[in-house]
Amino acid sequence: MLATKSNNAPAIEQSRTDNVVVSIRNLKKAFGDREILNGVDLDLHESENLVILGRSGTGKSVLIKCMVGLIVPDSGQINVLGRDVFTLSAREMNELRLQIGFSFQGSALYDAMTVRENLEFPLKRNLGIFEKRKLDEMVMTALDDVGLAHAVDQWPAELSGGMKKRIGIARTLILKPKIMLYDEPTAGLDPITSMEINELILSVREKYKTSSIIITHDISSARTTSDRIIGLINGKNKIEGTFEELKNARDPDLEPFFKY
Amino acid sequence: MDIKKGLVQVAEVSTFTKRVFRDFFFPPYEVKEIIRQCFMMGNKSLFLITFTSFLVGIVFTKQSRPSLASFGAESWLPSLVAQAVVRSLGPLVTGLICAGKLGSNIGAELGSMQVTEQIDAMEVSGTRPFSYLVVSRITATTLMLPLLVVYSDILSLLGSFLTVNIYNNTSFQLFFNEVAVNITYTDIFSSLIKSAFFGFAIGLVGCYSGYHSDKGTTGVGKAANTSVVVSMMLIFVIDLLSIQFINLFR
Ligand SMILES: Nc1ncnc2c1ncn2[C@@H]1O[C@H](COP(=O)(O)OP(=O)(O)O)[C@@H](O)[C@H]1O
Ligand SMILES: [Mg+2]
Repeated sequence: MLATKSNNAPAIEQSRTDNVVVSIRNLKKAFGDREILNGVDLDLHESENLVILGRSGTGKSVLIKCMVGLIVPDSGQINVLGRDVFTLSAREMNELRLQIGFSFQGSALYDAMTVRENLEFPLKRNLGIFEKRKLDEMVMTALDDVGLAHAVDQWPAELSGGMKKRIGIARTLILKPKIMLYDEPTAGLDPITSMEINELILSVREKYKTSSIIITHDISSARTTSDRIIGLINGKNKIEGTFEELKNARDPDLEPFFKY
Repeated sequence: MDIKKGLVQVAEVSTFTKRVFRDFFFPPYEVKEIIRQCFMMGNKSLFLITFTSFLVGIVFTKQSRPSLASFGAESWLPSLVAQAVVRSLGPLVTGLICAGKLGSNIGAELGSMQVTEQIDAMEVSGTRPFSYLVVSRITATTLMLPLLVVYSDILSLLGSFLTVNIYNNTSFQLFFNEVAVNITYTDIFSSLIKSAFFGFAIGLVGCYSGYHSDKGTTGVGKAANTSVVVSMMLIFVIDLLSIQFINLFR
């Protein structure tokens, strides 16, 4: 498991390249007359862990859902892996989505299926893999990566919150994504389980060479996982920098996060 | 009542319906899932349909007998019951039972999948949840309702036969002979087609309200509730339209 402290400068230089894999410009989204996103700009670099920090209800989830086409924004551009998300045909969108792993806030495990069936579902239905040995091998590899090989025949209802998160992550890893989007990966978990998830996020990058956006309001998770942090305030990216930089910046909107 | 909201709703439902037809006719075909859904739906509703249909047969016969007897027309009982059951009671009872049992089930199932972002998760892994979840369920209800109606008809007629038999010892053969003579192919086909429409309505309404359910746990309850209420109303409307239509051929 990866043990680097990622909030020191050399680690950033080492992990981050100049290739931009996600680029968002002036993104706007309103629901009715409530403006949620109000001109967000953001770049995600290859193999970078970018944390988006913000209060509940500021539109963090809306932002990453726009990236995979689950929510259509009112205006702005989103470019993922060199492709403009809103000009894609259904088939191209599908291809793009295969390269993006989305870990949902509530894990979103299919509760009518066992863990094994959860993991096999995208393999069968998207990649058309039906060969039993191949499926077993892929499922067990993905479960090993999140340390839950023994849970393979359990039902989601039997799992703890932390285990569900891990299975949810395994279900996206099985498609070998280039980009991972984590929506509040530690929300609702105890501090120890949270640390385990943070370490998992780091080891996923190590093994799968992913670039990740991690959405959180959990400051210790932000410290452990981030190369760079963007503060999302009132629907805009207000401030960005490393953990130490933001801590020292004493921005009035972000300061409460650091007062732990 | 907000007119604009209502119109938006109508537009959404018609887009949803169009999408159902498009995904039904184009691959991938969800044969396995459709068969699985058919079995589950049959399984879930069989007991209730058995129970209610049998009782309806008994009650209807008991209620009709005195009026027919007062005209001295008691021997018409089998033919009256047969026509009432096949044309109207069977489809109606089955439709309402399925609206309650299957409609609420579909609404709650898809509603909770929507609320817990399971449908979004399927969407982003490119697994086409619409045909997997929606098209398969609507196809299953559309196929199963006619089958269940035939089953319900048979049970109602059995209940009726037992009742008649207690009063005046009519033989099984005589009773069902009377029944067969008095039911036309038009009766049977129109009842089957009508039930297929009932099934389509139940599936469509359940899937739509589940798929578009509001966030939060109250959304799930509302989705289940809406699917029952709306599909029951639709069943009566379809029943009315179909009788108008069928009368053109009689
Ligand atoms: N599909 C939607 N329809 C209407 N409002 C929405 C929708 N999705 C999110 N919202 C609203 O947008 C705001 C931001 O939501 P969200 O992105 O989930 O916040 P968070 O930053 O906590 O993840 C919330 O107030 C929510 O009510
Ligand atoms: Mg959120």
